[in-house]
Amino acid sequence: MSSIIKKEYDIPANDFSLAGEASSNVRKLLTQLGVNPTIIKRTSIAMYEAELNVVIHGNGGKARVEIFEDKIEIFVFDEGPGIEDIELAMKEGYSTAPDSIREMGFGAGMGLSNIKRNSDKFVLESEPNKGTRVYITIYLY
Amino acid sequence: MTVKDFVQHFGYKILSCADKADKTEITGVYICDLLSMAMARVKDGELWVTVHTNINIVAVACLTNASCIVIPENIEVEELTINKAVEKGVIIVQAPHTGYEICINFYTKNLEFGDG
Repeated sequence: MSSIIKKEYDIPANDFSLAGEASSNVRKLLTQLGVNPTIIKRTSIAMYEAELNVVIHGNGGKARVEIFEDKIEIFVFDEGPGIEDIELAMKEGYSTAPDSIREMGFGAGMGLSNIKRNSDKFVLESEPNKGTRVYITIYLY
Repeated sequence: MTVKDFVQHFGYKILSCADKADKTEITGVYICDLLSMAMARVKDGELWVTVHTNINIVAVACLTNASCIVIPENIEVEELTINKAVEKGVIIVQAPHTGYEICINFYTKNLEFGDG
């Protein structure tokens, strides 16, 4: 099945004035399409966390969003330092965010688990020095 | 109880989107300064209390459908954050009280409203 809408967003590194713009844009799009508010909230939260990870850890990257009749697919990727131990990174409370980031309220170590909790399918691929790829699927019904 | 009812009663200051205050219902309170935690827990319509004033709080309030952000203890909010809140339609309120007092105030005032 081909997608109804396809979008690509640049996610700039370390720029918090633009962080969340991609997810906010997708939120607006889904609202215009009349998608169920609970699904909109789950999608925006999952995408915002993925976007923030790219801003904070990934040295910038991209997000590709495809909206189908029955689902939303989000692919967020960067060419940053990658994740050494994915299992550890997934653990709630674990974070490698520096103090400057924690001072802003980030770095609680809940980003990845927030993505998982709000997605129907969540795949995380990463290797040290080979960047990180996050695949999120959320069903509309 | 709307944001306007609450804010007016306690003399709090609205820093952004005051025009929405009488149309926005508060359903509860959530207090947390970890953004991801707030992101995971703030329910639709809740008032979110945080001491953070950086631009990222606007995204969190926006994506969680919080009724408003309340900044306690008269902490100054950056202009950049206020501008972003105006752009995104997020109400930011500045209160002289602590997070605890804001909670109590909401609770007691809301009971009154519940009693009609």
